[in-house]
Amino acid sequence: MTPRSRLHIPYPPARPGDKPDFSYVQISPAGAVPRPESKASVRELESLAGQMVRVLGEDSKAVGPWNPHLEPQDLQVGLRHMLLTRLFDDRMQRMQRQGRMSFYMKSTGEEAVAVAAGMALLPGDMLFPSYRVQGLQVVRGRSLVELMCQCLSNTRDMCKGRQMPVMYHWGAGNIFSISGNLATQFPQAVGWAMAAAIKGEDRLAATWIGEGSSAEADFHHAMTFAQVYRAPVILNVVNNQWAISTFQGFAGGEVQTFAKRGPGYGMPGIRVDGNDFLAVYAVTQWAAERARQSGGPTLIEHVTYRAAAHSTSDDPSRYRPKEEWKAWPLGDPINRLKQHLITLGEWTEERHAALEKELEAHVTACWKEAASYGTLTEGPTLDPATMFEDVYKEMPPHLVRQRQQLLDLTHSQPPPEAHEQHDLDRRPRPVAKEG
Amino acid sequence: MAHMNMVQALNSAMDIMLERDPRVVVFGEDVGYFGGVFRVTDGLQRKHGEHRVLDTPIAEGGIVAAAIGMGVNGLKPVAEIQFADYIYPAFDQVVSELARLRYRTAGEFSAPVTIRTPCGGGIRGGQTHSQSPEGIFTHVCGIKVVMPSTPYDAKGLLISSIEGDDPVVFFEPKRIYNGPFDGDPHKPAVPWSAHPGGAVPEGYYTVPIGRAEIVRPGSDVTVLAYGTMVHVAEAAVRLAGVDAEIVDVRTLAPLDVDTLCSSVNKTGRCVVVHEATRFSGYGAELVATVQEECFWHLEAPIQRVTGWDTPYPHAFEWEYFPGPARIAAALKTVMEAA
Repeated sequence: MTPRSRLHIPYPPARPGDKPDFSYVQISPAGAVPRPESKASVRELESLAGQMVRVLGEDSKAVGPWNPHLEPQDLQVGLRHMLLTRLFDDRMQRMQRQGRMSFYMKSTGEEAVAVAAGMALLPGDMLFPSYRVQGLQVVRGRSLVELMCQCLSNTRDMCKGRQMPVMYHWGAGNIFSISGNLATQFPQAVGWAMAAAIKGEDRLAATWIGEGSSAEADFHHAMTFAQVYRAPVILNVVNNQWAISTFQGFAGGEVQTFAKRGPGYGMPGIRVDGNDFLAVYAVTQWAAERARQSGGPTLIEHVTYRAAAHSTSDDPSRYRPKEEWKAWPLGDPINRLKQHLITLGEWTEERHAALEKELEAHVTACWKEAASYGTLTEGPTLDPATMFEDVYKEMPPHLVRQRQQLLDLTHSQPPPEAHEQHDLDRRPRPVAKEG
Repeated sequence: MAHMNMVQALNSAMDIMLERDPRVVVFGEDVGYFGGVFRVTDGLQRKHGEHRVLDTPIAEGGIVAAAIGMGVNGLKPVAEIQFADYIYPAFDQVVSELARLRYRTAGEFSAPVTIRTPCGGGIRGGQTHSQSPEGIFTHVCGIKVVMPSTPYDAKGLLISSIEGDDPVVFFEPKRIYNGPFDGDPHKPAVPWSAHPGGAVPEGYYTVPIGRAEIVRPGSDVTVLAYGTMVHVAEAAVRLAGVDAEIVDVRTLAPLDVDTLCSSVNKTGRCVVVHEATRFSGYGAELVATVQEECFWHLEAPIQRVTGWDTPYPHAFEWEYFPGPARIAAALKTVMEAA
């Protein structure tokens, strides 16, 4: 037969109606992956990219060289942050369904990726998030009311109504603005880290991207710049298996792990169980230590699962089995940390239920307050004239004029387009029609 | 004659072209198995196979670049960019490559690529799901730029775009995917089945690229509009109570100067409307053309009604949107000016 090429189409192991099949996810036993010194050469680190760093075993015990040996109190804080993130997400989704806000994106099932990483970093480290790591905000102590006000585009919205829900920013908390365009933050974080190095600071940058958007050129810009300048940056790929309807094979994950792109660029790549709070904490801490010692960037692939829909505009039952998450071999990050604490004798079902109740009440109180500053359906509302602010630092004349036109229209005081008319009156009269 | 909404009409255009021409391939993010986030390619992969209707990685630059390569190798790619707001990573491939390939090779190479992309606001999409960047692309020589305002035109123009040998950026005003929208978000939605433009033949037909259409004849003033704003202009004309002639530009580049200017020469007045921002917007080209061609017939300075020169704000989309009240005010201004 004459040889001929044939286009390969990646195909996920299961579609709606099929039995979930995660046999493609290569999992190392907990404690099995060695932990080299953070100063080790990239060559010595290469095997980390193909294995999976895990600390929490099936028996809920922490094992192996990556165990960060956190105090039980720290673990309890981590559990609290993850649970709060989940309850916040659930509430916001419900409020969107009630029509109180336009849109929402949950991080259900991926809470450890944000919370554990956030806790392993220092408050001065700068975070460049994607849109699904809201746990970072929780870790840094952001008030839920402020997050809710952003989602509501209300009178207390930090973005003054200019961004879609979840596109937060927080200067004081060292969290950069979230963009609706994918992957753009990845190379920006590298630039921030380059500046820290130029200025001789010990702060580092960390950034998150989905495995799907790692196909964007911006991912590759980030990798090249980070490695060329050995920038103090942690580059996190959150491999949650699904980019809306396309599975991770469509982003290049069919044959090789995303972590292996690290060594390909000359930096370490670590693949970690993203639902293992301790493992995520440990690899982040390792990468931060390396970056602070001028060891340069690390690429971390967090293997997790997007349990929720992509957004409130998405219906995943059209493209993946309904109960797929239940079959996910790495479990639920919250439940795993909870079981670990119970195994340690530092937690009980009763305390967990009480915590859940307390956080639920907190979310309710926050929502009540946030909604009092306005929702999509009820006032108060921001002044629309503010939309002309911040386009430039100082408002240029054409925007001053457009703002006045808007005010004239909304207040209908001088007749609409009155200034246009006024300006026209001062111009020469148009030439009369021919003929 | 069937009734279709714009999503169905676009789907039908691609279905027909996939059937008629084995060179046609359709691809983009979530376009294959899922059928697109706006369902425009729904069912096409099932029907035509996964080698002709493809999902792609999330990389707009890659999508357009691959489309160019496929086009050079004899295919007729129809690439979807999920939102026009996402097109910028592909900008270099569009501007430096797709648009100029024929020119720089003196006709030896070319890529007949159609880039479909939903544009425009009014869906609470904020600044990254609401943009109307057509003026950025009409400024580039070598690509055609199309924006339909009805399902009938959408299907006919998309077939023409796919059949043509030049690259086309095909903007789909997503606010009118499911029904004509007159600019009042508080009114109940009107389906396309209630609009003559929703009557769409099931089979093959074309609407020529480069031809505007008079959608409402009138004698007092000419309104030049395209996409969603054609419908908003109709509402504004009713509101203002003037006998306006509304011209749907339809093809932004190349421009049908004759139809536009014949109308303005007849009415002697002109209002240009678009949703995109004003400064250096496509309306400036329309105004300049009308001024050059119709100056001696004009009885009033031409007015522009556009989005404000700010990013599209999530909370204030209806204050931002150049709705019927603003258009009606401009109509009044041109009518009173002489």
